[in-house]
Amino acid sequence: MSILVDKNTKVITQNMTGKTGMFHTKGGLDYGTQMVAGAVPGKGGMKVDFELENGSTVTLPVYDTVREAKEATGANTSVIYVPPAGAADAIMEAVDADLDLVICITEGIPVLDMVKVKRFMEGKRTRLIGPNCPGVITPGQCKIGIMPGYIHTPGHVGVVSRSGTLTYEAVHQLTQRGIGQSSAVGIGGDPVKGSEFIDILKLFNDDPDTYAVIMIGEIGGTAEEEAAEWIKANMKKPVVGFIGGQTAPPGKRMGHAGAIISGGKGTAAEKVATLERCGIRVAPTPSDMGSTLVEALKENGILEKCITKK
Amino acid sequence: MNIHEYQGKEVLRQYGVAVPRGKVAFTVEEAVEAAKELGSSVVVVKAQIHAGGRGKAGGVKVAKNLDEVRTYAQELLGKVLVTHQTGPEGKEVKRLLIEEGCDIKKEYYVGVVVDRSTGRVVMMASEEGGTEIEEVAARTPEKIFKEVIDPAVGLMPFQAQRLAFSINIPKDLVRKAVQFMLGLYRAFIDKDCSIAEINPLVVTGDGNVMALDAKLNFDSNALFRHKDILELRDLEEEDEKEIQASKFDLSYIALDGNIGCMVNGAGLAMATMDIIKYYGGDPANFLDVGGGATTEKVTEAFKIILSDEKVKGIFVNIFGGIMRCDVIANGVVEAAKQIGLDRPLVVRLEGTNVELGKKILNESGLNIVSADSMADGAQKIVSLVK
Repeated sequence: MSILVDKNTKVITQNMTGKTGMFHTKGGLDYGTQMVAGAVPGKGGMKVDFELENGSTVTLPVYDTVREAKEATGANTSVIYVPPAGAADAIMEAVDADLDLVICITEGIPVLDMVKVKRFMEGKRTRLIGPNCPGVITPGQCKIGIMPGYIHTPGHVGVVSRSGTLTYEAVHQLTQRGIGQSSAVGIGGDPVKGSEFIDILKLFNDDPDTYAVIMIGEIGGTAEEEAAEWIKANMKKPVVGFIGGQTAPPGKRMGHAGAIISGGKGTAAEKVATLERCGIRVAPTPSDMGSTLVEALKENGILEKCITKK
Repeated sequence: MNIHEYQGKEVLRQYGVAVPRGKVAFTVEEAVEAAKELGSSVVVVKAQIHAGGRGKAGGVKVAKNLDEVRTYAQELLGKVLVTHQTGPEGKEVKRLLIEEGCDIKKEYYVGVVVDRSTGRVVMMASEEGGTEIEEVAARTPEKIFKEVIDPAVGLMPFQAQRLAFSINIPKDLVRKAVQFMLGLYRAFIDKDCSIAEINPLVVTGDGNVMALDAKLNFDSNALFRHKDILELRDLEEEDEKEIQASKFDLSYIALDGNIGCMVNGAGLAMATMDIIKYYGGDPANFLDVGGGATTEKVTEAFKIILSDEKVKGIFVNIFGGIMRCDVIANGVVEAAKQIGLDRPLVVRLEGTNVELGKKILNESGLNIVSADSMADGAQKIVSLVK
């Protein structure tokens, strides 16, 4: 099966008519995702044509607000391509419209804006993924975000990561070995985010079709350590990990706003040690993510079950 | 983004947070002038660099008269100060803060940061002022008190008060300490700080509660809405290559090694540095070209990497999703032709249009070594650079 999104998910694109919104809405449609509308303040009433790769044309309506788009289409999910200055507000609008899921791709949202968003979201049922993330994909069913669909293949290994292209690397290594993915979730590179590792691991743990998980972390914060303790206490399936930034110097922000070793905390070495202590195999290099997972699958006697593509 | 101590204190002043009187000086004459204006019996001459540990390294001098101010200013201006935070190469002192001395009765620590686990702003305080907070956290964590701040209401006076009592601020000065903390929080929120550290916070003989040092860092994601803070940027405190990179919206960090890297995506870029080290090499930089790389950006990235004399070879590691491998390949070829390729170049391409990308590289006539995987690429560049 999958987590978070599947063939029934209906998606609104916030800021669909911007360059990025247009490009990736088309990408979703090309993949077979149910992209159903755009929400762009001031452009309500517009209709936008998408010429797909298979030659067909899909026309999507645009609404002024997320609420209108939801009411008109029955959508339960939105993806946000709003620039940083307005992105936190866009998240809150989607939450206020009572969507099930909001995925914010935007990189560069001020941290204190996200502090407000988290407070706003307390007591509300909407789940936020991101910001500063590549999105969520359930291969063969639904692709929301900027990831290249073709490297994925349906299967039983869950992927959760703070990094975009490093996730593609991992997925590629799995697909090359015929090991498909149930869902791949980018939680994003920001320090304050909608969902942490633990939130996604819980979902994978409860998904009958996910048999194992790859967790890709990086320097900064203590989310990987917290996840490791949770895994040790609760996880019913094997987890392997990789931590990027082992060679990162302290005090420097390595691209991602959240990738910074500060006050001696958040080093890769600490994370690797904690993961291993909690029984999670850690790939020594990024090239070994696939092979490390294979070892874990073999050890648990589920390698055959996880090979979904010959 | 970092700023100097004197700039941080100026920001705090605007929020009614008590700081000693002082002025910046760029020359010895200005230093003496500033001391005259202050007219205090004791004047402190403080080196201004973007690094802590200045006091221990001899960057803070207490002067009892104008002659001493002159002597210390002469000594410090132009000096390369090496502190435990600057690295062995140190930093040249180009600015001084000339500040009134104060009668320090006791030192404390107060800091404001964003706590990632809770997603809240937290104010921390400790009676152990003047020491590195990481040391206190390691040795005696029970001496650090925290207040988690609800963004809906901000720092409440009762919270600031609770902190002041916990760290044993003299009872007659608690009110001033509370005002200090409330002002500090307001400054933090208004200016989108990422960290604000007052170490030490001092209570003085004449009954004041003041920031003896102030370290304010700003969230670079928020600078677009703080032009006044942007103006405080001191380019001389930053690596030239990093400044150049920021002009082209490239995420670049200079390191110490000799293998230049160009990658798309921060996580993959960090992992690329890691794998180079794994195979015995040493990365010269972190560089994320980002998702929308154009020929121009790739060319600029190349120029910046090649401008580093330490660089003996370059590894380009690209996993193209939306970014197409042929676009990157063209960018690499164009850049190499423009600048002239005089060092080994290994390129690993994967993802969209990878076959076309590889073809472009092979037919370019340039000496570009192709790699099939990240590990293959890392091993190749490490051996070529030996």
